[in-house]
Amino acid sequence: MLLILALLAIGTTFSIASATTTAQTTTADRTAQIEEGRQIFLKGCASCHGLNLEGGGIAPSLIGVGAASVDFQVGTGRMPLADMSAQAMRKAPLYDATETAALAAYVASTAPGPKVPSDSVLNYERDGSTAAGGELFRNNCAMCHNFAGQGGALSQGKYAPTLMGVDPKYIYEAMITGPQSMPVFSDKTITPAEKLSIIKWIKTAEKEPNLGGASLGRVGPVTEGLLGWILGLGLLIGVAVWLAMKAR
Amino acid sequence: MSNEIEAIKDPGLPAHIHRKADHDPAAANRAERQVAILFGISALGTLLLIVSYIFVPQDLFFFIPVMGNQNAHQLGLGLGMAISLFFIGMGAIHWAKTLMPDTEVVAQRHEFRSPDADRKEFVDAVKSGATASGLGRRSLIKKSLGAALGLSALSPLLLLRDLGPSPKQDFQKTSWKSGTYLVTDPGNRRIKAADLEVGAVAQVLPEIADPEHRKLSDIGKDAVLLIRLRPQEFNLTPTKMAMTHDGIIAFSKICSHMGCAVALYEQQTKHLLCPCHQSTFDVTRGAKVIFGPAARPLPQLNISVDGEGYLVAREPFSEPVGPSFWERNSQ
Repeated sequence: MLLILALLAIGTTFSIASATTTAQTTTADRTAQIEEGRQIFLKGCASCHGLNLEGGGIAPSLIGVGAASVDFQVGTGRMPLADMSAQAMRKAPLYDATETAALAAYVASTAPGPKVPSDSVLNYERDGSTAAGGELFRNNCAMCHNFAGQGGALSQGKYAPTLMGVDPKYIYEAMITGPQSMPVFSDKTITPAEKLSIIKWIKTAEKEPNLGGASLGRVGPVTEGLLGWILGLGLLIGVAVWLAMKAR
Repeated sequence: MSNEIEAIKDPGLPAHIHRKADHDPAAANRAERQVAILFGISALGTLLLIVSYIFVPQDLFFFIPVMGNQNAHQLGLGLGMAISLFFIGMGAIHWAKTLMPDTEVVAQRHEFRSPDADRKEFVDAVKSGATASGLGRRSLIKKSLGAALGLSALSPLLLLRDLGPSPKQDFQKTSWKSGTYLVTDPGNRRIKAADLEVGAVAQVLPEIADPEHRKLSDIGKDAVLLIRLRPQEFNLTPTKMAMTHDGIIAFSKICSHMGCAVALYEQQTKHLLCPCHQSTFDVTRGAKVIFGPAARPLPQLNISVDGEGYLVAREPFSEPVGPSFWERNSQ
């Protein structure tokens, strides 16, 4: 009994001690990180988003968008924009992970907003359910992102991007921040556990083998019809011409 | 007479051009070999099918540049069958074209009418059969047979019953009533107005006592999309503005054109798109149609909150949701 008490006392003391040390380093680190983020922001982002994140004619205000939004936009390479086309597209990120984290910390320091989900939150293998995820996906995501997560067209050159090969963290951040044309999916209407189920379903769909031959982009009847008309009908026409030709 | 049309002379058949195989034995032998090769390829295809079926494991995948990861078992089956059938046909056609006689043959048409003797024999047979059956004398059989045949002819009319039952008021009404709570779909949880951020959407259904057994036909009418904007972004009539709550607006998700689920919401433009025929609705103007074939805006649900802040319908839809139908008042 005494032993257990002693162990408990040691354990508690240790955890408190370690907690305070991390907190202390974090405070100092965070100030430096926020300052670094501010410098990056002033150089790379302020020309469009304004010196005080207030936004402008071509760029939205970043006040209150949260670290998750910055992490999504910069981490997937969507920001900084390559050009002023209809939509920012996924590309190789310009800033590395440390710089992205610094930028996120700076933007988050100005006003509260959605946080970057930690790895422990994102354990979709453990906390998600593929079946529930499929139902949620069909109801909330499939109309824009296609029934197999392949993406699809919106209006005026905008589009819903494919979800194949996207980091679970970015899928999660997109749902809580609603980047670009995408709406926000609140934690109360789609709970964090349900969001993980959606991610688990997407990851399952990603691994789905092509048992029926070529997937043709998994976009349904459009490519299938195109292939049928061009290849199938072409073959039939060729055979018909050959049939009617007189042998020499 | 000068305007008499001169008959066009029958040009007859063009001179027959013989094939090489018709007079050159070497060419004929070559054609024979070609046909044999085509049939041989077909046999190889069948062998591929058999080998794939028996020996290729079902979980073996391999990469083909344009087609992506392919299942070897399935690909072997499909390819084998395609080759075996296609090359049998190809061989047969090549055989017929190169080796079978191809000279034109004249076949004269004959009169369709049967010879008088055959016709007389047929009439006699029918008459003697009718006499033997005794239908003329045995009226009971005649009447009962008539009744049976008549009834069996009527029976297809029964199928007309499947056109019913009449839907009555089903198209006009949804499950939304005054005081129905809005619940998430899936999940069936009530939603607080505070749970939705600006820019958020939620797929909702009316709360019912037994959500496990919600009917698909009900979901097809009841589905509603909740969208939250900043209240100042709306450009609505005072009546429609009063139907929103704090920037939260609720529309029927069923397209007024053909009844697809309208749920492609572009957060930046505040446009709702229907995936089927690209009808586009402007959320800020009460789902006014700004593009596409839809004729009416999406019906708006009058919502409010209860004492605890949960979203609740204040009244049923004021018009039928979904596409037009005969009895619908189009106003």
